[in-house]
Amino acid sequence: MTAPIVSFRNVSYRIGRRPVLDGVSFDVERGETLVLLGRSGSGKTTALKLINGLIHPTEGDVRVEGRSTRDWDAVRLKRHIGYVIQDVGLFPHWTVARNVGLVPGLEGWDRRRTGEKVGELLERMGLPPGEFGERYPRELSGGQRQRVGVARALAGDPPLLLFDEPFGALDPVTRFEAQRLFLELRRSLHKTAVFVTHDVREALRLASRIALLANGRLEAIAPPLEFRRGETAEAREFLACLEPKEEEC
Amino acid sequence: MLISPRLASEMVELTLDHLVLVGISLALAAAAGIPLGILLARRVSAGRWVLSVANVVQTVPSLALFGFLLPIPLIGGIGKQTAIVALVLYALLPILRNTLVGIQGVDRAVRESAVAMGMESRQVLWHVELPLALRTILAGVRLATVTTIGTATIAAAIGGGGLGVFIFRGVAAVDTTQILAGAAPAAALALLSDGGLGWIERKLSPA
Repeated sequence: MTAPIVSFRNVSYRIGRRPVLDGVSFDVERGETLVLLGRSGSGKTTALKLINGLIHPTEGDVRVEGRSTRDWDAVRLKRHIGYVIQDVGLFPHWTVARNVGLVPGLEGWDRRRTGEKVGELLERMGLPPGEFGERYPRELSGGQRQRVGVARALAGDPPLLLFDEPFGALDPVTRFEAQRLFLELRRSLHKTAVFVTHDVREALRLASRIALLANGRLEAIAPPLEFRRGETAEAREFLACLEPKEEEC
Repeated sequence: MLISPRLASEMVELTLDHLVLVGISLALAAAAGIPLGILLARRVSAGRWVLSVANVVQTVPSLALFGFLLPIPLIGGIGKQTAIVALVLYALLPILRNTLVGIQGVDRAVRESAVAMGMESRQVLWHVELPLALRTILAGVRLATVTTIGTATIAAAIGGGGLGVFIFRGVAAVDTTQILAGAAPAAALALLSDGGLGWIERKLSPA
């Protein structure tokens, strides 16, 4: 299929009078990693929540697989899309294995199939199931928890994954490793991903294309190399963060 | 101070009577308070309103509340049922409040990811919110139990029976033995149930 997996058509989202997103249009192509880059409050998390139907646009239309999110069954849409957030949100009263098996469980897979999938995913994340499966989230480090969160999002085998600053709370070394794992997964799984971050380095490293949001508007959308040319003011602000003398952005 | 066989058998009888009074009241308070707390946890402003009404009920002195209920048709009158209505009203607040607070206290990220993974709201409630709020809810039941065991001694003032019968009789006759025959078992019941429910609370605590 060549149709975009997600498409924003002139989408606005307002809270009261305040526009969080303002007339945004873009497509996400199958298989790409689109990074939504922007400052805090630029509307990037809102854009993610519009994709999996946690919220609906005030104006315009968000389409997933060619169908408006309003026309999707809310639960089906969410199970079609994996979701990873910064705070991970693992269930503290469930073991790692049970957390990863959440969506297969909801979808009514049998025990054996679920067990195999969970084992395979934990293995892939570098968390041998024999050692980690029966642990509780509080017994893991931040980086390990985040990997369990990614495994949970992948368990239902969704074609599309959403990442909301997943590595934002990790230390720089762990974050770098997590990014490497992300790139590896992208190569091996061929999933489509929409990835939100305010870290321009992360965006340049992970993106097929970068969409730059500023004050709820789409400023630019371009592959990393083209983005580096800094054709808009906001893009230059972000690129300035890459200069060695600047403080960390 | 010796306990005569007659006093001893009356103590057993009134202790059981007291337990019935407390048991029925708590069962009703929990049956109303927990579902109501669950419902209100999703409606912040209504929750605040109901909590403040329940708070006001709590501030009415217990003897006065028993008195107020007496003349009300159907629920009032001399006897157990009036006492139970009053005790339920007292026990409701801690159970309702702890259910509400327990559910609202579930980590936002946990709830958000449950919804985003495609759990239906009923599944979020049963598999995520209630298990995680269980400990707080039980703490509310425990608090309600201990308070109700104490407050139930006043039920005797309106013919509700229970260990308060000894206490009121003892006060009227200035008879310390009688007062103790009511107060000591009531205190023991309160301590035992506090300990027992505390133990269950620790056993059931999530992860």
